[in-house]
Amino acid sequence: MSSTDISINHDVNHAHEEHDHHHDQNFIEKYIFSQDHKVIAKQFLFTGIAWAFIGGFLSVLFRLQLGWPEATFTFLEPILGGWVENGKLNPEFYLALVTMHGTIMVFFVLTAGLSGTFSNFLIPLQIGARDMASGFMNMLSYWIFFISSIILFTSLFLETGPAAGGWTVYPPLSALPQAIEGSKGGMTMWLISMALFIVSQLLGGVNYITTVINLRTKGMAMTKLPLTIWAFFLTAILGLLAFPVLFSAALLLIFDRSFGTSFFLSDIYIAGEALSNTGGSPILFQHLFWFLGHPEVYIVIMPAFGIVSEVIATNSRKPIFGYRAMIGSLIGISVLSFVVWAHHMFVTGMNPFLGSVFMFLTLIIAVPSAVKVFNWIATLWRGNIRFTSAMMFAVGFVSLFISGGLTGIILGNSALDIQLHDTYFVVAHFHLVMGAAAFFGMFAGVYHWFPKMFGRLMDDKLGFVHFWLTFVSVYLVFMPMHYIGIAGFPRRYYAWTGFEAFNIFSDMNTFISISAILGFTAQFVFLFNFIYSIFRGRRSSANPWHSNTLEWTTPVLPGHGNWPGEIPTVYRWPYDYSKPGAADDYIPQDVPFSKTQSSNLPQERDFE
Amino acid sequence: MSTSTTLEKPNTGTWDGGNEPLKASYGKLMMWFFLLSDAFTFGSFLIVYGLSRHKHLPYTGDAETFTFSTQWWPIPEKVYNSFPGFHGVDLPLAFVALMTMILILSSVTMVLAVEAGHRMDKNDVQKWLLWTILFGATFLGCQAWEWSHFITGTEQGMLLADGTQIFGANLTVNQYGPPLFADLFFFITGFHGTHVLSGVVLLIMIFINTVNGVYHKRGHYEMVEKVGLYWHFVDLVWVFVFTFFYLI
Repeated sequence: MSSTDISINHDVNHAHEEHDHHHDQNFIEKYIFSQDHKVIAKQFLFTGIAWAFIGGFLSVLFRLQLGWPEATFTFLEPILGGWVENGKLNPEFYLALVTMHGTIMVFFVLTAGLSGTFSNFLIPLQIGARDMASGFMNMLSYWIFFISSIILFTSLFLETGPAAGGWTVYPPLSALPQAIEGSKGGMTMWLISMALFIVSQLLGGVNYITTVINLRTKGMAMTKLPLTIWAFFLTAILGLLAFPVLFSAALLLIFDRSFGTSFFLSDIYIAGEALSNTGGSPILFQHLFWFLGHPEVYIVIMPAFGIVSEVIATNSRKPIFGYRAMIGSLIGISVLSFVVWAHHMFVTGMNPFLGSVFMFLTLIIAVPSAVKVFNWIATLWRGNIRFTSAMMFAVGFVSLFISGGLTGIILGNSALDIQLHDTYFVVAHFHLVMGAAAFFGMFAGVYHWFPKMFGRLMDDKLGFVHFWLTFVSVYLVFMPMHYIGIAGFPRRYYAWTGFEAFNIFSDMNTFISISAILGFTAQFVFLFNFIYSIFRGRRSSANPWHSNTLEWTTPVLPGHGNWPGEIPTVYRWPYDYSKPGAADDYIPQDVPFSKTQSSNLPQERDFE
Repeated sequence: MSTSTTLEKPNTGTWDGGNEPLKASYGKLMMWFFLLSDAFTFGSFLIVYGLSRHKHLPYTGDAETFTFSTQWWPIPEKVYNSFPGFHGVDLPLAFVALMTMILILSSVTMVLAVEAGHRMDKNDVQKWLLWTILFGATFLGCQAWEWSHFITGTEQGMLLADGTQIFGANLTVNQYGPPLFADLFFFITGFHGTHVLSGVVLLIMIFINTVNGVYHKRGHYEMVEKVGLYWHFVDLVWVFVFTFFYLI
């Protein structure tokens, strides 16, 4: 046994060193079916950006309806065709818009676009590996995601419309094609698309995990990993354990919809006709869904945690405060994320005692989250702050995470949730804490690692314009939503003008819609900056931010295999910024202690 | 400020990088993590089974006088009591016990194939892989028979309240009890069967590779080990499926 293992190890190392002196590739191998992690990361990024604009555009459409409920939208007819009837948005189309906005943003942008981009790009570069463990599976992961994207995108153009039962697709609404138009073909395509999406996540996830475990360069101990890698590693584990449960639920729902089973259906009358389904439980679907769904919000936010930690430490020119506490809190959040799912279901008639257990577990999450926030602020504290665009978004992230996180403590209470459940308060909460915040993490990542991706810098002035417009409009959109939520304004309602109590909020809704349009428009500043900088941006040096992590030891544009020579060896943790006595205010991870004798701490003298 | 020999050397502990801390190649790790993920898929199906069953009433009367009814969950011994060639004879769980034995045997032969791979004994690997494929395919055949029997039903069938007689089971009607009983049976054993089928396909592929000497030239039979992991996992899942559907 042992003898064969040794031969295997040789084989693996050999295969990875071979990337150095490699063959010419044609266009398709290089840019389309590429197995290079950097190209795959860019593919995820471009697809994610495309999806983000689609998802954002859908939200503008339904904000138009909410902001100006009496207006006629005949000008939308050229785009929406039959979905606009006599200048009014079709109510079922409105539901489809909400559903697709949620699905696209949560899964296709903030899961695939965020961790797909940065896990792929940064894991091999920051741990010192030539590529992912399996480049082929990595490529497969992207292309299966791409097929899944195509299917979901196609469903937008069905005559009966895309899925319309909410991004949570609760049965029986989603299980019965008779229920609404959106539960016909659109729902089937949603489920197929999601099943493929999960396969893609699985292929990506096992790759990220094994790469971090097996391919770290010499000296890169787990406790010397940049926090980004810790975040991506735990995100991948979360995805690996949570997505299969959604896969099960989706398969069972496919059977209920298409093959007449009754897993989630029982004793239903629809249009006066009794269905033969009996014995199933729609609540069961909610349990399965939220067993994925809650870890999913951490799958969305944890990569942003990692990126923000890295950006804040680099641009404060200070070691991250509480490195081990940051790792500990990430692990704590990961574990807790699996035992709180039922806080989405307080009002499903669950046992109040069970509710209080889930409430207790939910509120405990505030502790590791607060540890993280405290550490970011402590890192900023008296730092030598450099206001790059990435830094602005990282600080903005901390702000949004605090504002949104505080309302999480309110919503986690099972008693308060009775009033607030399914109101705009919830919408405001999760958009701040995981929607906008994760977007800010993504922006911070794009601005920060753009030079490594494309060898050029993004424009800082446009970056600031983008930041301030986005930051202000995010707060202008979501702060007022808290108020209308407390007043009981329910989410997903097409029209509220029929309710006397809500008419006083019409001005506020118009205001929110204007802010939303402003926020969406601001993203075109980013898009312009992004595309322009790829071709015309200022050329970057190899380490423009004077950062410590290994990716900045590669050439400006790393080729296939990342390092032209040998992979660097790691001697120190990634946060030696402004170390007293050091020549520069940063010491990259591959600098041995023998070269920094002036700055070594007493315990580090042993390594000299 | 001594300049000792350790000067330029990084740490070399188990988790200090530059090695394989779990002493497993990336391919094997990937298989393990995939199986972990798959365990969650099966786990949630079995939880669905448990909760659905819990929602239905159990049969409380005397086992001798048991009849099929949509009112209660059936007793497994009364449902799975047939054996090919023994028409009309009550042999509770005999056939499924045989199936389970065959699958467990296939795990044994798989272990032998992996062991032969460690010895780099090409002929033995071929032999044991072939046995594993044979047992796996036999298991699938047994399952096909069991399904067709379950679908056809018994001669008595079940008398519904409105006087109609139903025979056998499909995804909407079920002569043995509540429709959900049949739904879950078809879905979960079907999902497991799909896994066995993929396993057999994988085994055939590595068998062909072994015959062609691909692994011998490579210098190790790790691929056999990886497929072996998958095969044992599928067997283990069957033990749980068997327990839930046939024993409890």
